[in-house]
Amino acid sequence: MKQDNSILSFLNNNETRAIAFQVITLLIIAFVFYSGISNLIFNIEAREIHTGFAFLSNRAGFDINESMIAYTPEHSNLRVFYVGLINTLVVAVVGIIFATIIGFIIGIARLSNNWLISKLAAGYIELFRNIPILIQILIWYNMALLTLPSPRGSFNFFDSIFINKRGIYVPEPVIETGFVWVLIAVVLGIALTFLMKRHFKQKHSKTGVYTHTIGYSIGLIFGLPLVVFFLLGSPLHFDYPALTGFNFKGGRTFSPEFLALAVALSVYTATYIAEAIRSGIEAVDKGQKEAAAALGLTQTQSLKLVVLPQALRVAIPPTINQYLNLTKNSSLATAIGYPELMSAFGGTVLNQVGQAVEILGMTMAVYLVISLFISLLLNIVNKKMSIKGQ
Amino acid sequence: MKQLVKLSVASLLVVGALAVQAGTLADVQAKGNVTCGVSKGLAGFSAADSAGNWTGIDVDVCRAVAAAVLGDATAVTFVPLTAKERFTALQSGEIDMLSRNTTWTITRDASLGLNFAGVNYYDGQGFMVKSSLGISSAMELGGAAVCIQAGTTTELNLADWGKQNGIAYTSVVSDTNAQTRSNYDAGRCDVLTTDASGLYSIRAQTNDPSEHVVLPEIISKEPLGPVVRQGDDQWFNIVRWSLNAMITAEEIGVTSATVDVVTNNPERERLMGRSGNTHEHVGLSSDWTYNIIKQVGNYAESFERNIGLNTPIGIARGVNALWSNGGILYSPPFR
Repeated sequence: MKQDNSILSFLNNNETRAIAFQVITLLIIAFVFYSGISNLIFNIEAREIHTGFAFLSNRAGFDINESMIAYTPEHSNLRVFYVGLINTLVVAVVGIIFATIIGFIIGIARLSNNWLISKLAAGYIELFRNIPILIQILIWYNMALLTLPSPRGSFNFFDSIFINKRGIYVPEPVIETGFVWVLIAVVLGIALTFLMKRHFKQKHSKTGVYTHTIGYSIGLIFGLPLVVFFLLGSPLHFDYPALTGFNFKGGRTFSPEFLALAVALSVYTATYIAEAIRSGIEAVDKGQKEAAAALGLTQTQSLKLVVLPQALRVAIPPTINQYLNLTKNSSLATAIGYPELMSAFGGTVLNQVGQAVEILGMTMAVYLVISLFISLLLNIVNKKMSIKGQ
Repeated sequence: MKQLVKLSVASLLVVGALAVQAGTLADVQAKGNVTCGVSKGLAGFSAADSAGNWTGIDVDVCRAVAAAVLGDATAVTFVPLTAKERFTALQSGEIDMLSRNTTWTITRDASLGLNFAGVNYYDGQGFMVKSSLGISSAMELGGAAVCIQAGTTTELNLADWGKQNGIAYTSVVSDTNAQTRSNYDAGRCDVLTTDASGLYSIRAQTNDPSEHVVLPEIISKEPLGPVVRQGDDQWFNIVRWSLNAMITAEEIGVTSATVDVVTNNPERERLMGRSGNTHEHVGLSSDWTYNIIKQVGNYAESFERNIGLNTPIGIARGVNALWSNGGILYSPPFR
């Protein structure tokens, strides 16, 4: 009788129950995964679909029109994976840079005291945030194709930049030996600028004399490398695009597919970033601005020294989340044929090889890794920005 | 507990296995229609009109199978697929058969768990340019931008051909036939390349077909035909012989108009199921071929109705004529 009681109390124990339910939940999840995967393997075998990753080393056999690394149809499917991955990263980085710039400007404009500017910014946000991104990509793309001239009638800027419906053609810098010294001069210039700034800051706190450093900064960052550049006899020339036959040759080409995708992603994501910036600024207590004004800080100083540091703390996490979304949205490129990962590898290679599980698995893994990396970055930034000592 | 898990895993696997192995024929008869994968719109092959009615020679293969199996050529559910989606849709069982201008290649046949049930159109890859370019041969295309559909054999052929002939080009790849076409129309590229039949079909849909020329070079063999999943031989036989019935009917001279006429031609009566027992071998009722010819017509009727010289697409029979008329269309005998 006594034993029964102890079993009963064991069963009624909250902790045991909690553990029991967690174990059951885990078992169910494990079972669902196990049965799903074994079912998949079974079906693949039953249908005699080839499996494994041997296809990665096979010849790809098809062309890709945009690649940062050397690529011909003779390269392997694995090479296509790299080409796609790099193209994804390129469009993501370009998109993130422009989305941040546009978002920052619109976010601040939204709070402007000028009625027109504020309303224009609000209109921009409402318009672009409420149209699905896929439609925007298609609109930009088709607009570019329909409005731009054909190669023969290209918009011509100083015979070096050409714009037509096949893309934007710009001169490509060709680096010669010795150019590395110019790069070293740039790094040196930036380092010296930091030292110089620290020096004048110390002087400012010691003597109260404020020195404008912008001139020195420009001199160090731009002037120094320029001097080195000319001393070395200009170790750089440009490869200019020129019309030969059907199309332009030479220079660097930005295809309409890339441009449409980059513009659509930037414009769309900027709306969310603008809202994040606005919410950050509005989150700063009005008293802070009033206190700054009472201390005699100018508008700019108040924004730079008091408002923004506090606003960014609120604005940065959602902004980084948007970076994550932008990167994932880049896979919509498949609709217009920019050869990023999902289009080149998860699309064309998949269709040529037919091994959906392996190929989509690899593609998913890439997006997962990129997203996790961005989240990690977010956590680090969050930790750095959070209010210290509380 | 462990036993229970093992047991349930095992039973789940069995259920999964049954789902795979159950005959497509039984499935189709149970649900009362054939789910057929077609293109998202390639005039003459598979395209839906404004009322949602599908027509085309690929569509007719679907209808022939429905007529054979269910006695009703309209009992077809069409699933429009992109080139990239088509094989996965078939592998996963989403569709019962694929009839979507799909090229028969060894890779697809032998490594994707699929079987090609025959050829309903012998095609080859060609090029189309705007007449205003003044080009008369594909050999003049060096440096051109080429519009092409993603995930097709066309992409591979083009790369091979460019390499072989030392012709450099820029490829402009899009997902659907429609986007490829609008890219070509908008001038994103100089050349459109796909199967020659596709080029004629696209040219027929432009505002002024005379503004476009199909260049004479054919750079590949593209035998197009219906595809089924591997491992269901009965269904494979039904699809293969439904197509063969249409070809044989043309050879014998049976059309949808004359199908009811009883003659003393033994081959003809055997094909129509009025003598012999070939229907038992495929597991269908004796009027299965009769239904195909009555409701869909023979191969010639389907061809002339959809892509023949009297249609906007205007393709001559060429190699797609019967073997007895100088083409290569040939069905094994109904015996």
